[in-house]
Amino acid sequence: MSRSLLLILVIALVTLFTRVLPFWVFGGKRQPPAAVLYLGRVLPCAIMGMLVVYCLRGVTPTAYPHGLPELIGAVSAALLHIWRRSTLLSIAVSTAVYMLLVQAAF
Amino acid sequence: MVERGSLFVNRRALRAAFPRTIPVMAGYLVLGAGYGLLLQSRGYSFLWAVLMSTTIYAGSMQYVAVDLLSSGASLLSAGLLTLMINARHLFYGLSMLEKYRPVRGVRKGYLIHTLTDETYSLLCTAQPPEGVEAEGFYLWVSLLNQLYWIAGSALGGLLGQALPFDTTGVDFAMTALFVVIFTDQWLDRKNHLPALIGVGVSFLSLLCFGPDRFIIPAMAGIALLLMLLRRHVGEEAEL
Repeated sequence: MSRSLLLILVIALVTLFTRVLPFWVFGGKRQPPAAVLYLGRVLPCAIMGMLVVYCLRGVTPTAYPHGLPELIGAVSAALLHIWRRSTLLSIAVSTAVYMLLVQAAF
Repeated sequence: MVERGSLFVNRRALRAAFPRTIPVMAGYLVLGAGYGLLLQSRGYSFLWAVLMSTTIYAGSMQYVAVDLLSSGASLLSAGLLTLMINARHLFYGLSMLEKYRPVRGVRKGYLIHTLTDETYSLLCTAQPPEGVEAEGFYLWVSLLNQLYWIAGSALGGLLGQALPFDTTGVDFAMTALFVVIFTDQWLDRKNHLPALIGVGVSFLSLLCFGPDRFIIPAMAGIALLLMLLRRHVGEEAEL
């Protein structure tokens, strides 16, 4: 309980820090350095890739069911999203597919 | 005349803000409910969902936080992970500097705390209609969006408590969320090097350090490689 609260406090403070920082540092007239702007542009893509790997880190391709439910779920999310471009639809359908796979098929 | 005064008597700003937030309402109620349900499935009641949606208020980070809570993550690695996932906020802040410059005190603090991806995307383009005070408009959009998110996450938690159905696999919603954002970014950008670096470095790090220790080396490797390859990513990475 207290560990959970402490963890939430840290996450909340660091999140607030990332939001406040630009206003603190560049609230005056100073221009942000090019490196900061560059990272602000390219980090989101790289970090999203990292988070996909993070979510799938527990998958063991060498043992049954060989990560198949995760693969099918992730590919269906991506394909559905390329087709319809609707975040909610892609997440809802692929999660339902995954739940069906792990509860009924594998 | 521009109506001024306390946020809560500024009805004109509310009337202007509410219709703009309807798309976010749909998204936040559903994604928030998924979040509350996920948290509930790990044994954290809807009160935890409300607490986290109020204090952290960052969607993808909150999904990751569910994992951090139920695994044995250290405070340091949780802090670093938060820093990396939320680094994009720096960019949002930079482009809102001018708009938020005249706002002062607690109100400015609240606008900054509630600058999520969705609120940012509404406010960086939307202008308040003629005769509506900009500050009240920004505040209402920000407040309404956060209320949707809090309500959604609380409802999800309560729903999970009230209807005990088999939630096995519901945590895939988090994977799906990141796959969808990743796909969005992939389709929106010409240069795929940052995305490939993110996946590639993380995968290598996972192979080298294993599932419990790979995240910090992965973050360091990604930041380093992005800086080294700046010339190749550079200008093309413009939004």
